[in-house]
Amino acid sequence: MTDYRHSTAAIRALVCDDAVHRDVYLNPELFDLEMERLWPSAWTYVGHDSQVPNSGDFLTVTVARQPLLMLRGADGTVRVLLNRCAHKGAKIVGAGSGNCGKVLRCSYHGWTYALDGALRTVPVKSGYDETRFCESQAARGLTRVAETAAYRGFVFCRMSRTGPKFEEYFGDSLTSIDNLADRSPVGRLEVSGPPLRYMHNSNWKMFVENLNDTMHPMVAHESSAGTARALWQEQPADAPKPMVIEQFLPFVSNYDFFDKMGVKIYEHGHSYTGVNFSIHSSYSAIPDYAAQMEAAYGAERARAILGESRHNTVYYPSLTVKGAIQTIRVVRPIAADKTLIESFTLRLVGAPTALLERSATYNLIINSPTSVVGHDDLYCYRAIQEGLAANGNEWVSLARNYSDREKERGVLGTHNGTSEVSMRGQFRAWVAAMTAEGER
Amino acid sequence: MTSLGDDRTLVEFVYHESRLIDEKRFDEWYDLYAGDGRYWMPLTRGQPEGAEHTSLFDEDKLLLKIRIERLRNPKSYSQAHPSWCQHILQAPRVEARDAGAEMAVLRTPFVYLEYQQDQQEVYAGIAWHYLRYGGEKIVIALKKIELLNCEGALPSLHLFP
Repeated sequence: MTDYRHSTAAIRALVCDDAVHRDVYLNPELFDLEMERLWPSAWTYVGHDSQVPNSGDFLTVTVARQPLLMLRGADGTVRVLLNRCAHKGAKIVGAGSGNCGKVLRCSYHGWTYALDGALRTVPVKSGYDETRFCESQAARGLTRVAETAAYRGFVFCRMSRTGPKFEEYFGDSLTSIDNLADRSPVGRLEVSGPPLRYMHNSNWKMFVENLNDTMHPMVAHESSAGTARALWQEQPADAPKPMVIEQFLPFVSNYDFFDKMGVKIYEHGHSYTGVNFSIHSSYSAIPDYAAQMEAAYGAERARAILGESRHNTVYYPSLTVKGAIQTIRVVRPIAADKTLIESFTLRLVGAPTALLERSATYNLIINSPTSVVGHDDLYCYRAIQEGLAANGNEWVSLARNYSDREKERGVLGTHNGTSEVSMRGQFRAWVAAMTAEGER
Repeated sequence: MTSLGDDRTLVEFVYHESRLIDEKRFDEWYDLYAGDGRYWMPLTRGQPEGAEHTSLFDEDKLLLKIRIERLRNPKSYSQAHPSWCQHILQAPRVEARDAGAEMAVLRTPFVYLEYQQDQQEVYAGIAWHYLRYGGEKIVIALKKIELLNCEGALPSLHLFP
């Protein structure tokens, strides 16, 4: 078996211009290296600040095997700390979310911390009088992640001390988050309820790649969206179109539709499909909403905001955003063949409840563990996970619309929607992060 | 006794409903639901009514029909290995009945097993049947399923608890 840990050349050899080696999805050592190199050096999504509205509100998540605590301090700042007591290492907070009051208190020996992570009290502290305690890491309290940034309520962290700044890392791809938040007449979002949590027995990159894979819906989703279409065609022509039919039908649009949708590629693996229009473009208007938006932004700006209809934006590697339907999916890798996908419904603050109903319905029928769309996606990921064991062809083709000019001009910019350029962009970022000289 | 029948009749109805699912007699199962009937599995404990709350299932008859027809579609690739399920019901209990409105509510703790290709998943929960006399027969106005691990990470759930 190839030793990837000690050979950046071996890692580079996995990614060709228009193909990748199967080991990127299968090899447990490469998964370990992704968790040690790629994910910590990336800006990864932690949570949304609406999930911790008040001082002492917290949220715990695991990102790239790191137990993290997102906590709003008494000063209103949202911080991301390692969820580990400075003493013996117990998780300082056990619950998934809640409010810790004015201090965090360890369940084991009762050490307490202020909401900024500083050590406050240690029971019978005199026991440390003659020791080097003051110089120890324990005395410094809870460790903060290296960098944290919040953008329109979305809280990200970078665990490595070195790497690009937040704005540099995401660049203009942040316009997808802008468009999502701008859809609220007051420019604010709230996470609505807990996420749908769908365990995938497949590699995380298959899910991420699929978000901008526009050659699969008409095939993989023919059974679900095609069935919805067939049932709908039996209805009288003047029957009102139910919301779920509106949401299912575009999945079986033709190749030309998805090709003309367009895909835009940014640096560091980010991209979005739906540059010109998308599967979300033809939903019925929600009463009063357009008028609300015009009152808030003016007619021209409101039209521009609602005229954007991006399909899926990939914030590589941890977050995918659907601005036009107000759902986000968060990628939590667990093993080379195990990934938790958490799908959140977002409320546009100040907008009619009908929009939230539409988002919740979409999230259920598309992203739930019960979803007839999700079932067939996951079936395909799993089929890859098992099919790649086949010896004799060790390569995954990413050649659609590749040309050698891509070598010099790169992948950035707008392309035809059915191109596999987004995946090539992701693997450019992947190989760069996996082979970077860093703090290791 | 109302036209809903006695408690024994209602309890038998609940047993029959899960048997139809287990035997994949989905057309008969579909016909048990009222025209405005609903099959609902909330995502959270104590989740209020309302489409603005995300659920694990929230199916009107149209969505149920899409699911049933899709399961029969040869291009439902995730059914390449067909799923099978088995309900194990604790004795249903009539929790309430309203003779005037001809409504009854039954509570049924259950274990639900779903099997596909060497994998067997175990679920448990409480099923609430809101039954109504539909003129000629008993129909389901609402089946609400409170899944024990509704907030937990779930694999693909293919059939109907």
